[in-house]
Amino acid sequence: MHIELQDIRKYFGEVRANDGISLVFEPGRIYGLLGENGAGKSTLMKILSGYQAPTSGTILLDGQPVSFSSPSDALRKGIGMLYQDPQDFPPLLVSENYLLAYDDNLLLDFPKAEEELRGLGERFGFHIDPRVHVETLTLGERQQIELVRLLALGAEFLILDEPTTGISAEQKEILFNTMRRLVNEEQKTIILVSHKLEEVQELCHEVAVLRRGKLMGTKDIPCPNTELVRLMFGQELKRSERVPFQTGETVLRVEDATIQTYRLTVEGIDLELREGEVLGLAGLEGSGQRLLLQACAGLLQPRKGRILLDGKPLEGKRSPFFWTPWLALAFLAFRIVWAAIQFSSGQMSGLEMAGSIAAAALIAGTIWLIGSVLISWTSQTPYHEFQQRGGGYVPAGRLEEGLVAGLTLTEHMVLASPEHTFIIDWNRAREEINRRIQRYNIIGQPDTLVEELSGGNQQRAMLALLNSPLRVLLLEHPTRGLDVTSANWIWELFQQRREEGTAIMFISADLDEILERSDRIAVFSGGVMSRIVQTSETSVEELGHLIGGEQHE
Amino acid sequence: MSERVTKNVWPVVPILLALLTTTLLVLLVGADAGVTYQALFDGAFGTSDRTFSTLAFWVPLMLCATGLLITFTAGLWNIGVEGQMIMGAIASSWVALKVAAVYPDIPGWAIIPLELLLAAGAGALWAALAAVLKVRGGVHEIFGGVALNNLAIITTNYLISGPWQPPEGGSFRGTVPFPEHALLPLLGNTRFSPLSAVLALALLLLIGLALRGTFWGLKLKALGNNLRSAFLLGISSEREAIMAMMLGGALAGLAGSVRVLSWFDSLRQSISGGIGFLAILIVLLAGLRPVWTLLIALIFSALLNGGTIVQLRTQLHSSLSGIIQGLLVLFVLLFGDYRRVFRPKQTLAEELQHE
Amino acid sequence: MNDAQIIRLLASVIAQSAPLMLAVTGETITERAGVINLSLDGTMLLAAMSGFVVALKSSEALATRGIDGDLLPVLIGFGSAALIGATAALLVAWGSIRLKQDQVAIGFVLTLLLADIANFLGQNYTRMPGPSVKHLPIPFLRDIPIIGPIFFEHDLLIYLTFVIVGFSWWWMYRTQPGLRMRGVGERPESAFVRGVKVNQIRYAYTAIGGALVGLAGAAYSLDIKLGWSDNHILGIGWIALAIVIFGGWRPVRGALGAVLYGVTKTLATQLQQSFPEVPVVLFNTLQWLLMLGVLLLVGSNAIKRLVDIAPKPLQRPLARALRVAPPQALGQAFLED
Repeated sequence: MHIELQDIRKYFGEVRANDGISLVFEPGRIYGLLGENGAGKSTLMKILSGYQAPTSGTILLDGQPVSFSSPSDALRKGIGMLYQDPQDFPPLLVSENYLLAYDDNLLLDFPKAEEELRGLGERFGFHIDPRVHVETLTLGERQQIELVRLLALGAEFLILDEPTTGISAEQKEILFNTMRRLVNEEQKTIILVSHKLEEVQELCHEVAVLRRGKLMGTKDIPCPNTELVRLMFGQELKRSERVPFQTGETVLRVEDATIQTYRLTVEGIDLELREGEVLGLAGLEGSGQRLLLQACAGLLQPRKGRILLDGKPLEGKRSPFFWTPWLALAFLAFRIVWAAIQFSSGQMSGLEMAGSIAAAALIAGTIWLIGSVLISWTSQTPYHEFQQRGGGYVPAGRLEEGLVAGLTLTEHMVLASPEHTFIIDWNRAREEINRRIQRYNIIGQPDTLVEELSGGNQQRAMLALLNSPLRVLLLEHPTRGLDVTSANWIWELFQQRREEGTAIMFISADLDEILERSDRIAVFSGGVMSRIVQTSETSVEELGHLIGGEQHE
Repeated sequence: MSERVTKNVWPVVPILLALLTTTLLVLLVGADAGVTYQALFDGAFGTSDRTFSTLAFWVPLMLCATGLLITFTAGLWNIGVEGQMIMGAIASSWVALKVAAVYPDIPGWAIIPLELLLAAGAGALWAALAAVLKVRGGVHEIFGGVALNNLAIITTNYLISGPWQPPEGGSFRGTVPFPEHALLPLLGNTRFSPLSAVLALALLLLIGLALRGTFWGLKLKALGNNLRSAFLLGISSEREAIMAMMLGGALAGLAGSVRVLSWFDSLRQSISGGIGFLAILIVLLAGLRPVWTLLIALIFSALLNGGTIVQLRTQLHSSLSGIIQGLLVLFVLLFGDYRRVFRPKQTLAEELQHE
Repeated sequence: MNDAQIIRLLASVIAQSAPLMLAVTGETITERAGVINLSLDGTMLLAAMSGFVVALKSSEALATRGIDGDLLPVLIGFGSAALIGATAALLVAWGSIRLKQDQVAIGFVLTLLLADIANFLGQNYTRMPGPSVKHLPIPFLRDIPIIGPIFFEHDLLIYLTFVIVGFSWWWMYRTQPGLRMRGVGERPESAFVRGVKVNQIRYAYTAIGGALVGLAGAAYSLDIKLGWSDNHILGIGWIALAIVIFGGWRPVRGALGAVLYGVTKTLATQLQQSFPEVPVVLFNTLQWLLMLGVLLLVGSNAIKRLVDIAPKPLQRPLARALRVAPPQALGQAFLED
């Protein structure tokens, strides 16, 4: 199948996600699509797979212009997309997931589905058990099932969006072999969306690089990494003059920590963060850097190892009333045993025993209730302890986790202040937020609702709400959505915090930012943290290798 | 029609729709709509006695609604408000029957505060149960509330037919009347207690101001709008949720106390009279605005009171007032925002653009 | 108690549980498609009232034309009840999907409103005799010892209930449309990507589920608890909603939950007779305590702990059998054209 994109444009208001992209895809070849986060890769692929319609531009399928009404329409025409987050149904069985919307027959043909799953699976070396629930599988296995489904439904042209994020090395190998076979033996076309140079080098015949919605060029593989990096990140990564800075005592220490979630396990992390130091965490999204950050904030509890803030672990405060539920239980048990003894010795009738137990249950319930209320009043979560001990955390989701839609900037200011009076001093809060609005160049008024702010201003608002001085500041994509000038200004403000002795650890998808702002850098790849490198001693190439998953010494 | 005219005229539409539907239902059972509405109005405000009786309904309704302002602000569906009311009524009754009646020397100025205090406490504890079941046990507050409501009703029935049964056998399903000095002072021959009205208004004012102007109120607002963000901003979500439920429950408990100590003079079988549920409707309709809550509560208690006169005069079922109230809230919820009603069909792609 | 009495008791449990089974199945279907219809309590009351009154009226009308017998009027009654149930449910779905309102708010208002409407419109028909579903033992099957008298000495409605429960299971787990419905409730985005018309399906199954809830209401007034009175079956709707959760959103387990509820109720009545000195009202608390207990069991991590302490080879089947997970997209509107 021959596909040609002609001058595809997709505008979201002012934002030009795709700005005039033209590409040609020939059968029997694997194409790489490279670019940073926000470069426009996903948008382009969503257009090609029928999820979104372009603002303008033409898609030619074997020379004929086509338009897709929906992803399923695109699949009928032979274009299938494997999403990074597989679009499957975790609570269903694998066979059910496979059969959903497979055909228009009334009855589900489970034997046929199992046969196809096994058959196609075996052909590509996938081990598929159709009788387990999708949610028990690893991401890689879910991907394999989706791939089999797309192929069974006749996909000739496959788009794989970051397929190796979060899957094991072994699964990656199987996937790559499958891709090669599909192209070589069946003349399918594959687009691999990625920002891992290694993969692209290993697998692709040709690569297209996007940056800020524009096509920066196409290259035949092999092609030097440095050239691709240059296309991805801009001409030269210049390093600004860093103010030499004397770091102080250790603020944050991570000792052999293992952090585990359903998706990913990050193991054996050791690091130390000193006063005034800036540590950048690089890596593809979902490689484990966010888990580390959240564990340091007390939002995730490490399975193993310790995380110490100023030498003390973040455990939260256990309530001094933690024993009350046990007391209630013990009381109840005692009364039941006591009533049973009374009954068996004939001193109580059965009815009296039941009554006695019911009364005991009532009392135990009351103890449990009052105890639970007291516990909720006197305990503290590890995250709130982190905040109290001078920790600041800025999450990536603005209206999801950072700000409360429906509240004004002033109201946020009141909530975020460490000190407050019971009756809110609105004038003081308004003065304070006005100062911060000035300082952070937020376009908005104290009474503006946060959801009415633009994305960049929401970002600035979240940073403006941080208190000072802080012991440690954990940031997720601190300057995402900001232009260069305001990003520089934000970092200047962080610089001032450093001088106050704040230790900073941040995640960024922007390699420029990491190289320019960090003292030291740790790179995450598939849940593994590289050794920590000094920024002054590293290069884009080395980081590129590390991001791609190679461990260089 | 221009946008501005639509915007200003539109709020009338759901109200008219509700009245129209009610009229249809009245005609459906073969009654005269004019006579019915006349009876409804007369019942609510016809005589000064009835006006006071409307006010007597209004006080507990207001107390419940004020409590619900707190819980709804925190994003909690406190369906258990009925049960909390009943528990408050039981606690007050206990004071009246077991303290005031047994020790008649204790003066009213000591008994009444004690009754109110215990009622608030009982309501708060009953609400805490629903809250703890939610926070610690994963039982949604709606289901916890429904079960606890029924348990409270059963408890009343048990008390009335068991330990607190009047000695002569109780022909009207209630306890013996409480001693005079244990009751709230009433206005003349009415069942309206000015003291309770002052209390209700003061509490509404207090809670209304506290929700707007205190740190506590702001925390609840944040919690109700976005639990995750509120937590990350430093709010202890569990603690605040339990606290909000308990305060709401305390106010409902007071409402129950007012019911037994002024509207009735003893603990009865149907002590709540659906007032708790009605208060939920009021707060839904008022959209968490205290002043609107006050006005709508007044209108709704007039309807409630009028309903009983409708029943007396036309033999129509007293649920008529409930129908008007329910339809009003339903239509305002559904059609209140004309922009939603006339929203052009949005495609997924368009919707995604806003992200 | 002798064997015959026990069998008679069990048979009555089955009969008593049938309407609840219908309601639970209906709500399970609605919620599996991703919509919470909280209005059950009111819907069932209105359906019970209208089912009875419509049957009564139509039997009068038919009698004047010389058509006697209860069958036709009862069918018309059930039809009207189903229509009312479907309408109420659709109101919730429409308010959520089209008007983007909170499903819980609409459902709750409807709960109160429909109960009031039922009491209002039914005021002239309280405590009246009327048509009812006729007893219809199944020949041969009724002669099977024990099983026969328990399961096959009922009426058509109760047999139909079993068929509906079984059919819903089959539809959900064995057919393509049923699978799509589950997909829509679990992950509408994925279903959309696969070309499934998410909101269309939601409307359809909400209406079907609502119709079953309506039938359940009429099943009380025309079969199990004959006639109409104020607040005839108040509270049953909430019980049904809780059983849906207890049943883990599966039709057969939901039906079992309904039977279990019936057993508990009968047991309470029996205990009451055995212990007349215990106040009657205390037995009434049982169903609500049971509801709280069951929801607590399902909502807290008690089940998970139970599975963890089970022997290793039993853990997986046990976890699967006890799995209680709501449809993941339950209560969330999906934006689609």
